[in-house]
Amino acid sequence: MDINKISVDFGYKSKIIILFITSFLLLFTILSSICIGVYNIPINEVFSVMAYHLFGIGDIGNNVYSTIVWDIRIPRVLMGMLIGMALSTSGATYQGVFRNPLVSPFILGVSAGAAFGAALSIMFPFIPFSIQMSAFVFGMISVFGAYSLSRVRGKTPLVTLLLSGIILGSLFSALVAVFQYIATEAQLKAIVFWLMGGLYHIGWSDIFTVGLIIPLGILCLMRYSWKLNILSMGDDEAKALGINTEKLKILLIILATLITSLSVSVAGIIGWVGLMIPHAARLIVGPDHRFLIPLSALMGGIFLIGCDTIARTITTGEVPLGIITSILGAPYLIYLLRSKRSVFFG
Amino acid sequence: MLEIKNLKFGYDNKNNSNNILNDISFKVGKGELCGIFGPNGVGKSTLFKCIIGFLKPKHGELTINNKNILKMPVEEIAKLIAYVPQEHKSPFPYLVKEVVLMGRTPHLGGVFGPKKSDIEKAIESMEIIGISNLANKPYTDLSGGQRQLVLLARALTQETELMILDEPTSALDFRNQLKIWSMLKKLTKRGMSIIVSVHDPNHMLWFCDKVAILKEGKIISNGTPESALTEKVLNELYGDICNVKENKEDGFKTIIPNINKITDIT
Repeated sequence: MDINKISVDFGYKSKIIILFITSFLLLFTILSSICIGVYNIPINEVFSVMAYHLFGIGDIGNNVYSTIVWDIRIPRVLMGMLIGMALSTSGATYQGVFRNPLVSPFILGVSAGAAFGAALSIMFPFIPFSIQMSAFVFGMISVFGAYSLSRVRGKTPLVTLLLSGIILGSLFSALVAVFQYIATEAQLKAIVFWLMGGLYHIGWSDIFTVGLIIPLGILCLMRYSWKLNILSMGDDEAKALGINTEKLKILLIILATLITSLSVSVAGIIGWVGLMIPHAARLIVGPDHRFLIPLSALMGGIFLIGCDTIARTITTGEVPLGIITSILGAPYLIYLLRSKRSVFFG
Repeated sequence: MLEIKNLKFGYDNKNNSNNILNDISFKVGKGELCGIFGPNGVGKSTLFKCIIGFLKPKHGELTINNKNILKMPVEEIAKLIAYVPQEHKSPFPYLVKEVVLMGRTPHLGGVFGPKKSDIEKAIESMEIIGISNLANKPYTDLSGGQRQLVLLARALTQETELMILDEPTSALDFRNQLKIWSMLKKLTKRGMSIIVSVHDPNHMLWFCDKVAILKEGKIISNGTPESALTEKVLNELYGDICNVKENKEDGFKTIIPNINKITDIT
């Protein structure tokens, strides 16, 4: 009897330990990213600047340190973390809802839709939506568009879903290109910088607007993670287990699209994170979304801060963040396609 | 326990002639193993979907312990009826124990999913079904028969009084078929009522306590298997290609094909 009990241990403890270790890694990444830069700053100076601004303790001998650490790097690193978290949790959610480990905000066309929405509001400032709102609306249009285009007789085959996402994505990208063509020089500059994806312009004001909604969205997704497990088994399965599938799907898609669109509206299109990180997290902790979503969030934060640190230190100038994530992400996808074909294509 | 009265279902709301199910009425008592028997495409799966609330019947009554379940939301029905679908695949490699634990979902009130008592329930069901040894394997790596057992354990974890299985044995080899049937028998002895759709007339004769035989959306015969499955009914279902053969000593009946007639058909 006892032996049986041990063999059916659910292994939650080790998963929680993994989450703790990853949290510490995230903290470590945050601190080192604040220290590293064109102008390296010793860690004790970083702490004294933080102590000064947070608690008003001590004073700062070096004003340059204060500006770099508090006004530039900390908001940038925090935003990088939030965006990495948002993209990877929404990726994990889309993968569960659409029952496929190959979908991501990028592939479903959400990013392109949100980019179009944001470009629209850069082009026509008189539109009464904010950039964020407009990005969200068009992000929703793409994901529901892709979903309904590919839904045939109550089923959503993978190939049609991906194709619909690609179609809508390229449609929105084309529309953004039209904007670039007709834009004034200032608008063009704003759109192009923003499309390439980057965090160079992040300040505290961005953290206060977007930075509160993203963690809330992630917490809401985590609250539904058990139901997402059931949903990922299939519609009929979930209904038979007493889940109102249509309602839950729409709710989860709205939440995931909200946090994706917010990230896109702040930092432009950053590809691959939402595909790569959830998959890597699933390899570590298994498909149970109660652990998969928090681990994806933590790993996404680490990954994006890392990429952003590379982006701002690799050359004397600044490489767009989207380029770095794509360069790292494409080979990973190739590896997945070659080694795990059966997982994706049955 | 379950009572169905004059159930009608069709996708065409005005026209009754295209109905998929017509005037279905039958009862299932506590601890009974009730077979729904009929050829492919006769409406067995549709009937099940009506019972578990996926499809709304046009007309008729459906009660469990005298409670009307037609107007119940899926959340409530899942506490009363467990459903085991036909062949099912998962895109993610959930472990067997996780799949079984999913059966607790209708009873969960809390925010973060199952509690310790739910986990104990899942472990207990795996022991009853005899799949504790599979607990740590990915569900996606199992054979069809093993997957069916896992789904059965999950249905058991759901703690309902009624279980519905849609052709649980259709994709399995003979040994696994017998294993599933003996498991179902074991569950009915524990007081579970089970409705199961069957293809094979022999399985129905051998294992079911009660059957309803469907043809073209209607029940053409019901009762105990011996009384319901007469030569006449067999003829009506399949044409004159098989016979009931009774073993004189123990009264055990078997359906055997009439080889000559079968070659005539082709």
